Amino acid sequence: MELLGFGAEGWGDDLLRGAALTVQLAVVSLAIGLTFGMVLALAKLSRFAPLRWLAQGYTLFIRGVPEFLILLLAFFGTEKAVAAGAALLGLEGGIEVPKFAAAVGGLSAIFAAYGCEVIRGAWLAVPNGQIEAGHSVGLSRWQIFYRIRLPQLWRIALPGLGNLWLVMLKDTSLAAVLAIDELLRVAKVAGEVTRQPLMFLLAAGAIYLLLTAISDKMRASFEARANRGMAR
Amino acid sequence: MSLYQDLKYAISDGVCYAAQGVTPEGFAAYCPRYIDGFLVTLELLLLSSALGLSIGTLVAVARVSRQRALRTAAWAWSYVFRGTPLLVQLWIVYYGLGSLGPEKLGILWPFFKSGWAVGLAVLTINTSAYIAEILRGGIGTLPPGQLEAALSCGMSRGMAMRRILLPQAFRVAWPAYGNELILLMKGSALVSTITVMDLMGQTRSVFARGYSLETYMYSAVLYALLALLLTAGLRAVEKRLRVA
Repeated sequence: MELLGFGAEGWGDDLLRGAALTVQLAVVSLAIGLTFGMVLALAKLSRFAPLRWLAQGYTLFIRGVPEFLILLLAFFGTEKAVAAGAALLGLEGGIEVPKFAAAVGGLSAIFAAYGCEVIRGAWLAVPNGQIEAGHSVGLSRWQIFYRIRLPQLWRIALPGLGNLWLVMLKDTSLAAVLAIDELLRVAKVAGEVTRQPLMFLLAAGAIYLLLTAISDKMRASFEARANRGMAR
Repeated sequence: MSLYQDLKYAISDGVCYAAQGVTPEGFAAYCPRYIDGFLVTLELLLLSSALGLSIGTLVAVARVSRQRALRTAAWAWSYVFRGTPLLVQLWIVYYGLGSLGPEKLGILWPFFKSGWAVGLAVLTINTSAYIAEILRGGIGTLPPGQLEAALSCGMSRGMAMRRILLPQAFRVAWPAYGNELILLMKGSALVSTITVMDLMGQTRSVFARGYSLETYMYSAVLYALLALLLTAGLRAVEKRLRVA
């Protein structure tokens, strides 16, 4: 049991550091994924057909291919790209691949593909009459977006995005296979070193459960806040 | 068993022979391995989805049971298996429990030793937790009068569940179940981390030979194809359910 403790002998602090990296991975991917998802949603709502097809093809691809494979593609893809870039500049080898960036790239690419559907649905759920009303009182397009569309879009999209957040939080564990020292990999290594894999993997599982439980509570409070003033 | 294995090899040889010439060179060179892996993925998917559906139904029924202990147990089942990553579950069973070794595990050892068996069991349990939630939601959408009417006709709760509530809940839940099936298909790629040579496992081993990114693209196409087929199949069933 002291193996789970803190300090030189224990792995407790390493596990916590791993958990912190897990949360970091998920939060950064969420920020980038949301932005990219918004762009994709706009592309899907565009009047320009090729843009719609491009976005459609992208989501179809991501939804049909395992997350694990996408992460590996992002990982080895950036490795190749970095190597090619280095060769172009006349540098040779010895360039560290930004593993964290590759994992964030893969995770946010997945998040965006699912997120854009949620955002698109929420966009369309804001009644057109409100937009017209905004025009008729002389608001600019930006003001209409910012003051009328966005606050309501947020409220409608929140439950769906909350689900996607939970999915992505769990998907960060795949980064363990890419040798990123997040929670699961720390637990695996600790288990191998101490020959107690069951204990450490169970501990990692418990921490993941805690993280998803906290996320669930936060989502509920966000939703309560977004729904304030709405008739139940 | 070996007859079954021979059949699988015959299928992949046949497919690859037929695909010769129309597929890119990089794919054709390793074609039998991709198809072998594809068949393992398909096999795991069919078994775990069928088993998971049965267990998930039982868990969903337990969640609306009148017995508190049963309700709590079913809730915990869904909560734990949905709240932790599939990869962690796979590793806990294969590397964690498996590390106890043959002395402690006794007759269970052959199960824990086999990545395929562990993969199938964990995929089944994982998807059953999600299916239970989906079905519970489906049962929740039905008007309470349905159960009351069934009971007042003299049906037992079990019969009312089987004949009245569950068939309707399945119809309501079908589209959500379809999504879960696709997620299960994609999640099954993780069994490659516990030594199973499914499509992903074969892909990674082919990749390790040449470090060519193409390898992953071919496998992505095969997975996307499988997703497309599943979606089409699910749609067809959905149509039938709607007519009924």
